[in-house]
Amino acid sequence: MTTTYDLGTTSLRETNQALHAADVEGEHEITNLAGSHNVAVGLAAPIKVTIHGHVGYFAAGMNQQAEVTIRGNAGQGVAENMMSGTVRVTGNASQSAGATGRGGLLVIDGDAGARCGISMKGIDIVVGGSIGHMSAFMAQRGRLVVRGDAGDALGDSIYEARIYLRGTPKSLGADCVEKQMREEHLTELAGLLKAAGYEGDDPTTYKRFGSARTLYHFTHDNEY
Amino acid sequence: MCGIVGLHLRSPELHPHLGELLTGMLCEMEDRGADSAGIAVYGNQAWSPAGMASISLIDADAAAEEVAATLSTATGVPVTGTQVGNTLLLSGDLESSALLAAVKAAYPDVLIGGFGEDLAVLKGVGSPKALAAAWGLEAAGGWQGVGHTRMATESAVTAAGAHPYAVGPGECLVHNGSFANHASIRRDLREAGVAFDSENDTEVGARFVAHELAGGKGVDEALTDLTRTFDGFYTLLVSNRDSFAVVRDAIACKPAVIAETDDWVAMASEYRALAHLPGIERARIWEPEPEVIYHWSRTAPTAAGKQEVVA
Repeated sequence: MTTTYDLGTTSLRETNQALHAADVEGEHEITNLAGSHNVAVGLAAPIKVTIHGHVGYFAAGMNQQAEVTIRGNAGQGVAENMMSGTVRVTGNASQSAGATGRGGLLVIDGDAGARCGISMKGIDIVVGGSIGHMSAFMAQRGRLVVRGDAGDALGDSIYEARIYLRGTPKSLGADCVEKQMREEHLTELAGLLKAAGYEGDDPTTYKRFGSARTLYHFTHDNEY
Repeated sequence: MCGIVGLHLRSPELHPHLGELLTGMLCEMEDRGADSAGIAVYGNQAWSPAGMASISLIDADAAAEEVAATLSTATGVPVTGTQVGNTLLLSGDLESSALLAAVKAAYPDVLIGGFGEDLAVLKGVGSPKALAAAWGLEAAGGWQGVGHTRMATESAVTAAGAHPYAVGPGECLVHNGSFANHASIRRDLREAGVAFDSENDTEVGARFVAHELAGGKGVDEALTDLTRTFDGFYTLLVSNRDSFAVVRDAIACKPAVIAETDDWVAMASEYRALAHLPGIERARIWEPEPEVIYHWSRTAPTAAGKQEVVA
């Protein structure tokens, strides 16, 4: 059974509280968004939520277990601090998509703006289009897959996250370097593409980027 | 925070609805700033009759008839005055520079909201909803409008600190963000003979653009110079009677979204301010890139300009 919440008649708080109920289950739809912020945040159950329209800030933030689909564009901080589950945006996402995420999978079919995956800590992010500047800034863990290009300063001050990029970065950030694509990486990338619904892509057309690890320890030669 | 909205109408059929659409956009951004607000409306006949020079006086402590009579005598041309909320709108059939000079001579301490042809600027302290209602914004027509909702961070909550800053003829600038080096740029502009109304950082941006345009530069060139001169965070909407331009700083953390259809171009801090525009479901919607100047012109309505700044 599908439960539908019309934000024109049901308040956002009531909608989110219904989705937080201890016994929540099944499928849920949210309509009449008009760019609202904080839609479907803090979900913590294996439910399916479909959001029909463009959303504002922090949609599906802090997600655990739920499978959320946003049929539209998302404002800044979509799926920020996700722990587990899946969030899919069928349109474009604004800045800081998947910020600080610790787990789960975020798929953006369109483009993502600046700072995609900033400080990611274990989340997997697959972007169908391109990403903006300063993406994966200080990214610590997890994988960021981009089928298009990247903006300036990709992976600035990156720790141990892995970036797979099919297109070209406008520039690389401090301590981010291209790395060899070994067999294990091709396998990992193929798995991520499949999970995101892009299994048609040839993993060998991607490049891998990550940390040169020169910023891990203080040296007087660090100049940025 | 602060919120910005702007609407550039291409379809003349929408011109009578400008105020109604702009009111919805402005009030939706009240959450981003509710201490003061302002608007600039281009082409509303009741506020800035076509072919006339117009000027907006904010919180003027004098009756409209009295000010109009004083300026009529001073200029030798009939000047009419209308009080709209806290703003006194004056217009007359003369050069806008002559009207401006007459106002400055007769009322040296009054805050001038804006001046030029086809432009009315209204701003003040209070919530956007209350101000829009007091101005009767919903009934305004025109081809272009911008609005700003302020949450003051770096200077006082006063009408002089409210946006827009409309300091050059027909020009208008609204800002979300903060300039870091405004004091030194203000000093340089003062040395070049530019006068200021406030200690507000945004006023420095507006004076800088006006100074560049007065020196013969175009909008694209002036905004390119701005990106090279100003340090800080900014999303700016810069307009004059024929143009509508958006630019963001290199970091681009202050939000902006642009939507475009055959009938209009709109810009706002957040999508929800655009959600109720007619035809939004068919609009092309995107985020402006850092240090790229997006510029539309009424005189070349189909040429959606995008000029990348070469750093």
